Amino acid sequence: MSLELTERIEAKGVGVWLGGRHVLEDVSLAVSTGEIVAVIGANGAGKSTLLRTLAGLISPGEGAVTLGGRRLSDLDRATLGRQIAYLPQERAVHWPLTVRRLVALGRLPFRAAIAGPSAEDRAAVAEAMATTDVTAFADRPVTELSGGERARVLLARALAQQPRFLVADEPTTGLDPAHGLALFTQFVRMAADCRAVIVALHDLSLAARYCHRVLLLKDGAALAQGAPRAVLTPELLAQAYGVRATVAEIEGKPVVLPIEPLP
Amino acid sequence: MSEAVVGTQERGAASIGVPVLGLLALGATLAFLASLLVGPSGIGLPLGGEAARMILVEIRLPRAILGALIGGALGLAGAVLQGYLRNPLAEPGLLGISGGASLGAVIAIHSGASGAFVLALPAGGLIGAGLAAIAVMLLAGERSGPLTLILAGVAISSLAVALTTLALNLSPNPFASVEMLFWLLGSLTDRSLVHVWLAAPLILLGAALLLTTGRALDALTLGEEAAQNLGVDLKALRTRIVAGTALSVGAATAVSGIIGFVGLVVPHLLRPIVGHEPRRLLPASALGGAALVLTADATLRLFAPLSEVRLGVVTALIGAPFFLWLVVKTRRELGP
Repeated sequence: MSLELTERIEAKGVGVWLGGRHVLEDVSLAVSTGEIVAVIGANGAGKSTLLRTLAGLISPGEGAVTLGGRRLSDLDRATLGRQIAYLPQERAVHWPLTVRRLVALGRLPFRAAIAGPSAEDRAAVAEAMATTDVTAFADRPVTELSGGERARVLLARALAQQPRFLVADEPTTGLDPAHGLALFTQFVRMAADCRAVIVALHDLSLAARYCHRVLLLKDGAALAQGAPRAVLTPELLAQAYGVRATVAEIEGKPVVLPIEPLP
Repeated sequence: MSEAVVGTQERGAASIGVPVLGLLALGATLAFLASLLVGPSGIGLPLGGEAARMILVEIRLPRAILGALIGGALGLAGAVLQGYLRNPLAEPGLLGISGGASLGAVIAIHSGASGAFVLALPAGGLIGAGLAAIAVMLLAGERSGPLTLILAGVAISSLAVALTTLALNLSPNPFASVEMLFWLLGSLTDRSLVHVWLAAPLILLGAALLLTTGRALDALTLGEEAAQNLGVDLKALRTRIVAGTALSVGAATAVSGIIGFVGLVVPHLLRPIVGHEPRRLLPASALGGAALVLTADATLRLFAPLSEVRLGVVTALIGAPFFLWLVVKTRRELGP
């Protein structure tokens, strides 16, 4: 697939039914390389379902998701895996693999059927581990790490795919402040490098500060979409989350502070 | 366990991966040779003459070949299923295929077909295994995950066991019941080269299919969604696993009866030695399974009082204490 074909991932009028429930309804979102887009909303608003649909893991019942104009369902899984990396919210690791071997799984879509890792694969793995600051425990079993350390290792797997689009479901959960900021610094670097990040978030200040656009979901539908300044307003936040919130600026950075639940 | 120790172990496992495979291959080869050398009359090649050649080629060779193939199939299928279900307690019998094979063989005895035609017994087993695999796939449905597959396998397995006991219950005469029971216990006694020609191609084809699942199983370490993102087609994977198990374990059970615990114990024992990636475990478990079954079978023949004991009974006798050891180990690890 040529590069220019893959510069845009687009969901048009997407609807998803899961277990008889309309989990997503007529959601549209287009993300181009160079962008960081936040998907926000209350628990159960449909963020994870939208991310899965954008990553090609769920086929929408209505509408379509396209990558460079081609439907995701028409692309084979390995091709998708080279373009889109999906980082699930679930952080289960089922066998005690070492960090290095687990991160190397991110190279599977690039490897020929029986071939071992190439020099390029090794370099991508080393770079992903350095970026996420996990090289120090490269030879320890993942299952013995702390929750935040494990989250970084799993992120490193997704980065090792060197994807054009990174779709990350609440990647900051469990990270300490330094590693949370480092994560978004990495996202900014990726955007500058002609890649794109689509990220589900609950930390609205991070969304306000780092994301180019924000999609606010409520009950499976888009409540608002646009620049952080336009979406992260007390009125919309009250509607979406049922909280009274203040939007302020501290040291030149936007801060969104929930004050109290609305009655 | 301290971090330092774990680190060393993991690095050790990485660097000794290939020698471990080599050692296992050597072990399996030695067990194969031992199986050729061992008979009820003790150790050694039967010397000279047509009778000696007959014993070696017609009796011992098929037994050794079948031991290697069946052990390999059970070890490999066990490792694949443990990887697929991400559960170290899974074993090939869970898919209901060995149950189906047993039922088919028992029906062949019950109907008298096996008396009329020697190969009716393994043929019945093969048909049973095939039907069980198809039933499990249909029951599990189009887009189901590992859990539904296992539920379907357990359902088919229970049904097969129920029908097998019914056949035993209604057996036409005591000799037929004894024949069925002994067959169910699992054995390599009196198998001929014809059995080898019947089972070997199917076992090898099934094993080849199972060996292709390694990368997908590795990816499943991260869960089903991440695995799909890494290029795994879950539906194709499931089909390969069921078909590969039906061919290899189905054909193995059809010629030998049920030889339990090999598929459970072998991957479990080898996992800490070859590393925890499912892919690394597949060839190792195949070799380990072959070595275990060949050794158990040769040991049986070597000690006269044991020669009446069935192979399936021996593997069960090895398997049960293994579970006890597992309980003790788990208690120690989880305990205060």
